Amino acid sequence: MTPELGQLALVLAFLLAIAQGVLPLIGAWRGNRALMAVARPAAAGQAVFVAMAFGILAWAFLHFDFSVQYVADNSNLTLPWYYRIAAVWGAHEGSLLLWILILNVWTVALAALSHKLPEVFAARVLGVMGLVAIGFLAFIIFTSDPFGRLLPMPANGADLNPVLQDPGMTFHPPVLYMGYVGFSVAFAFSIAALLGGEVEQAWVRWARPWTNAAWGFLTLGIVAGSWWAYAELGWGGWWFWDPVENASFMPWLIGAALIHAQAITEKRGGLRAWTLLLSIFAFSFSLLGTFLVRSGVLTSVHAFASDPRRGVFILIFMAIVVGGSLLLYALRAPKVTGGRPFQIISRETALLIGNLMFAVAAAMVMLGTLFPLIGDALHLGRISVGPPYFGLLFPLLMAPVVLLLPFGPFLHWGKADGGALKQVALRAGIAAAACAIVAAFFVQGQLKAIAGVAAAVWIAVGVLLYALKRWRELPRGRRYPAEMAGMLLAHLGVAVFVIGVLLSESLSVTHDVRLAPGQHEVIAGYDFRFDGVHRTTGPNWRADQGVVTVSRDGRTVAVMHPQKRTYAREQVQTESAVDAGVFRDLYVALGEPMDANNIEGAWALRLYYKPFIRWIWGGGLLMMLGGFVCAGDRRFRIKRIAAEAAFPPIEPQPQESPA
Amino acid sequence: MAMNPTRKRRLTIVVVVAIAAALAISLGVYALQQNMNYLFTPSQVQSGQATQYKTFRLGGMVKAGSIQRSKDSLQVTFTVVDAGGAMPVEYTGILPDLFRDNQSVIATGHMDGARFVATEVLAKHDETYMPKELKDAMAKAHADKKIEEEGNGERGAGGG
Repeated sequence: MTPELGQLALVLAFLLAIAQGVLPLIGAWRGNRALMAVARPAAAGQAVFVAMAFGILAWAFLHFDFSVQYVADNSNLTLPWYYRIAAVWGAHEGSLLLWILILNVWTVALAALSHKLPEVFAARVLGVMGLVAIGFLAFIIFTSDPFGRLLPMPANGADLNPVLQDPGMTFHPPVLYMGYVGFSVAFAFSIAALLGGEVEQAWVRWARPWTNAAWGFLTLGIVAGSWWAYAELGWGGWWFWDPVENASFMPWLIGAALIHAQAITEKRGGLRAWTLLLSIFAFSFSLLGTFLVRSGVLTSVHAFASDPRRGVFILIFMAIVVGGSLLLYALRAPKVTGGRPFQIISRETALLIGNLMFAVAAAMVMLGTLFPLIGDALHLGRISVGPPYFGLLFPLLMAPVVLLLPFGPFLHWGKADGGALKQVALRAGIAAAACAIVAAFFVQGQLKAIAGVAAAVWIAVGVLLYALKRWRELPRGRRYPAEMAGMLLAHLGVAVFVIGVLLSESLSVTHDVRLAPGQHEVIAGYDFRFDGVHRTTGPNWRADQGVVTVSRDGRTVAVMHPQKRTYAREQVQTESAVDAGVFRDLYVALGEPMDANNIEGAWALRLYYKPFIRWIWGGGLLMMLGGFVCAGDRRFRIKRIAAEAAFPPIEPQPQESPA
Repeated sequence: MAMNPTRKRRLTIVVVVAIAAALAISLGVYALQQNMNYLFTPSQVQSGQATQYKTFRLGGMVKAGSIQRSKDSLQVTFTVVDAGGAMPVEYTGILPDLFRDNQSVIATGHMDGARFVATEVLAKHDETYMPKELKDAMAKAHADKKIEEEGNGERGAGGG
């Protein structure tokens, strides 16, 4: 199979994307059903050709076709087959191909599951998805061709960046993209609604599971990235406020706000304009994320090649998407207002405060992330914004969310009863205070840790009280529908996450030490004995491997093998050794030999004791699970919406189902 | 004009939101000011451009043969150079994987006399990659001088 076929497939996909993006929208405008009917087959055809292009690139990697520049740059003869597949998205061109493939996956799912929507609306949604595909396919074809030839063909390729040669890295990008691109569904829905000038609650109900699923994927992608950074970078941290981490975090925050705003709009008809705006922003932040990562404007671990043409292309694309959709919003949003009024003490208010906090947090992260660019443009000098900026502001902004979280489910729509809230506050408060006092004895009075325990108990007790209330008051079978169960899981995840973050941040012990073979270092009651370093080799690397025996009270707990690997192009990569546990991780990273010519002598070693760090990812996984479970609720699988009902905006129907 | 309850409630909401926004903005500006780190090259530091900043980032190349390790601790000293200046740096801890002679590095820290005491040292990410901001800063500091790069210096854009 020749790579040129891949190029051809991309061009055909591009043409089909134009058909999918333009014809159905004209059809919806003119009321031409034949044109609207183009959307589904065009989407399917586009997906086939993109999948073909992706397959051809993967095939080139598997068969060492170094005549393809991209393959030669990112793999070599010793790279194991699984990393050769991961190498398809290991650099700029291929990761864009992955992006467009995933966009097609979402579009095909959308095409298959949107038959019950009114024809006009479905045509508009698919048309907007087509427009997004046009942008990205043009980007690939005109600036980032993954199939470019390298002649004469080299005998061997370079290498996949060693930091990417890790299981966490093989699936982090696809999952993250599933999240990023998944927000395009909410975006397309939003634009379609604005084009039609109306938002029906039933359509919002239809859009909700898509948003929840996208958010779930994004959560999983971020968790995987965080885990990879922890295990692979050798610094023992799980979040660095690196520009690219922030790039994925901004859509996550907006997505979290969007999930809750959609709930209000669907149930009560209110906040329609806000929901539409958040949908636009969630996807815009996904594009911004792509821009930050792919353009190389910010210095980061992730910044790939910086080709100014690419940056300019994404910038123009973003300007069209964001500017165009906001313009449409400004013109049409006043038409879509509606919904029922609510009192100050109501579920709407609580959700709205949470929404505002998430939105402000996203703006705060954006300011900190883009400030170096602003400073550069204004000639303020070369500035970077340190992590303490985020570390100070983010917890402050999230504090109201944590405080309100237990009350949310107890509050009624419209107007809530204060008495029940006092009871919840009292019970959760007492439990939190009691646990905080007990915890104070174990954490040597560390305020951060005590606050972490109190906040987590506050949330968890609130969630459990609500679960209990439903258990008592509702008949079997109606207690925990998927939507409810998902919410409870995700909120419980917040509690687990909070405790993980604050306990691991405050109680971790880090020692950078110089140890000769046989020497010991004791941290947090664990005795780390350094047993020297020897040479070892892997499929495509050689390494200095240390042996560290950890014991506690005379019993051996773990024998750890941290490595310092050297890859094909003399790239050095630290592989830390982690002994994982529910309540603590032990973590050893090999620094450097004190005498560069004698690896059998003393080494610099980094030893960590990290309590509760796994709870951070555990909490993230619970949130992800919550998103997916919620998306699976049967209530979202709508019956056919009559086409004629699509035109007059229907007044919100009374609905009393909770959450 | 008497205010009806709806107006009164709207006014309350507007005032609360305005106060919250003002608070958030001032806090944000404060946090930003506290955590902005400027990047300077050794020659810029020696010409006095960094004197007003307590903490800043020092960027340049590690001078060949300047890395000195302590015999009994993790302390290490090295010299960071650009085409017009040199700055001794002291650091205690583990250096990044890619730290070596002639490597471009960015160190965060403060001045202690004529010596820069670093709390964090970052090396460029792989051998074909030089932080863009560092490249720009060096180019700006020595627009007229060619930056010498030895050995495995830059080979164009690429890498990760």
